[in-house]
Amino acid sequence: MSLLYDLLAAPFVDFAFMRRALVACAALAVGCGPVGVLLLLRRMSLVGDSMSHAVLPGAAIGFVISGLSLVSMSIGGFVAGLLVALASGVVTRVTQLREDASFAAFYLISIALGVLIVSTRGSNVDLMHVLFGTILAVDNHSLLLVSAIATISIAVLAVIYRPLIVECFDPAFLRSVGGHGASYHILFLVLVVLNLVAGFQALGTLMAVGLMMLPAAAARFWSAEVWALAAVSAAIALVSGYVGLLVSFHFDLPSGPAIVLTAGVIYLVSLAVGRKGSLRQNLIARPHYES
Amino acid sequence: MHRRSFLHGVLIAPLLLVPVAASAADGKLKVVASFSILGDIVQNVGGDRVAVTTLVGPDGDAHVFEPTPADAKAVAAADVVFVNGLGLEGWMERLIQSSGYRGPVAVAGNGVTSRTMDEAGSGITDPHAWQDLRNGRIYVANIAAALAAADPQGAGAYRTAASAYSAEIAAKDEWVRAELKDVPSGQRRIITSHDAFGYFGAAYGITFLAPVGVSTEAEPSAAGMARLIRQMKSEGVKVVFFENMTSPKLVATLASEAGARVGGTLYSDALSPPGGPADSYLRMFDNNVPQLKAAMLGM
Repeated sequence: MSLLYDLLAAPFVDFAFMRRALVACAALAVGCGPVGVLLLLRRMSLVGDSMSHAVLPGAAIGFVISGLSLVSMSIGGFVAGLLVALASGVVTRVTQLREDASFAAFYLISIALGVLIVSTRGSNVDLMHVLFGTILAVDNHSLLLVSAIATISIAVLAVIYRPLIVECFDPAFLRSVGGHGASYHILFLVLVVLNLVAGFQALGTLMAVGLMMLPAAAARFWSAEVWALAAVSAAIALVSGYVGLLVSFHFDLPSGPAIVLTAGVIYLVSLAVGRKGSLRQNLIARPHYES
Repeated sequence: MHRRSFLHGVLIAPLLLVPVAASAADGKLKVVASFSILGDIVQNVGGDRVAVTTLVGPDGDAHVFEPTPADAKAVAAADVVFVNGLGLEGWMERLIQSSGYRGPVAVAGNGVTSRTMDEAGSGITDPHAWQDLRNGRIYVANIAAALAAADPQGAGAYRTAASAYSAEIAAKDEWVRAELKDVPSGQRRIITSHDAFGYFGAAYGITFLAPVGVSTEAEPSAAGMARLIRQMKSEGVKVVFFENMTSPKLVATLASEAGARVGGTLYSDALSPPGGPADSYLRMFDNNVPQLKAAMLGM
């Protein structure tokens, strides 16, 4: 019993930084879980990745203007991400270029701009390290920011849930009943950017997307209802955060990758033995259905 | 080998006449130093006879530097290039090759008794030798010899400047020892975000503990943080320090968790910009030592 306590609870009881990290993971899970699922359903799984790079120039400008300020870097990152999202959306709707291509174009421009701004600052401060903090160093401000973003995400999603889902599956129907598909889409992109800004506070850009997409992809093997997908995805993200932090604690490994790799393992397990369309069902169960 | 390079020199000398004349008109020996602290030492030894270009400027990180074309141009045009050595400037060899520079590369850290530091379980050479002022005097001797070889006419001037500067460094060394004399042996412990103080600690009898390894790129593990917090609590460490380029958030977290205070800025790998608190090699010690002393005494 005490062994179990030492293994699973003691790290969080003994150390405040572990508790903060866990709370940050929980907030990220609540926000990123549903957003990841909707990205997945809208076939925009890779958009999260490009958006995470798109926030770089904004965060860099924030850093150049007011130094290491959480507020200005977050606002900068948010504005830059939003500009890329909106520009891509507009280009997709008014030209023949598909969404993935316009996202790729704008995020590549954005990341080059970011690297340029960082290097022309003269000083060679390792900005990537400074900007993209580790989950072990989450301070009160970051925690508030991440929790606020999670709250806003859930509230906004609750309001736009139905039209957004309808637009996912049947955009023509939404238009025919007079829904404004485009505005919901844009609102959703705002949420994506917000959650990425929250994620890079805590995990760094690469890792933030990991906690957004891997749980969503894993959830797909367990559930078919959208609300259930979102719940399962948030739960998987939370479990990944908890287990990843424990792994980082007990095996002396960097925490960001430990968390995302835990989510990766859960994805692989779901892929193999999940209840909906997993390998197990497709490879083993099929003869049973055919007979 | 010797004869061939001599012949080579005779043959290409006329081709070099124009640039040589240009540099003679300027009157100064063009030297490049890899990072700000070395640049300051070279300037002190070279005085008016040299024009120093520093590649990694104030507050820059020499471990992860990305050279620009302007840097390559400065290296190509240099008469002597100075590096610290001991594995600090991993990018330097590539830069020298790509710039086409063929002159002498002087290693300032030659002859220093190197320390190894523990990085992820394997020992690597600790490059931060300048943090021991006695090594600073070895740097000065190496630099004076390299400058004299490149500019024999100035050999006397370099020797004079080097011995004066060396005496200043020796005096600073004495001062550091005197400052730290009163700190009881049980309290000689410091936490900082970057373990660049291995030589300093060994020279002046202080133990430095750090959450991250030698490189500023390393991401900490939860286990490493926990170990350090336990250690800080059990040994009663009261102050932790930001290093002038690593993540301050990490140090702030450590400090609040262990009930310690965050100390001022220590300079270890880079100088501050001119006018700052540590804009020269010797002023770096003026900045660091009193802060370290106050921290250890629990003030």
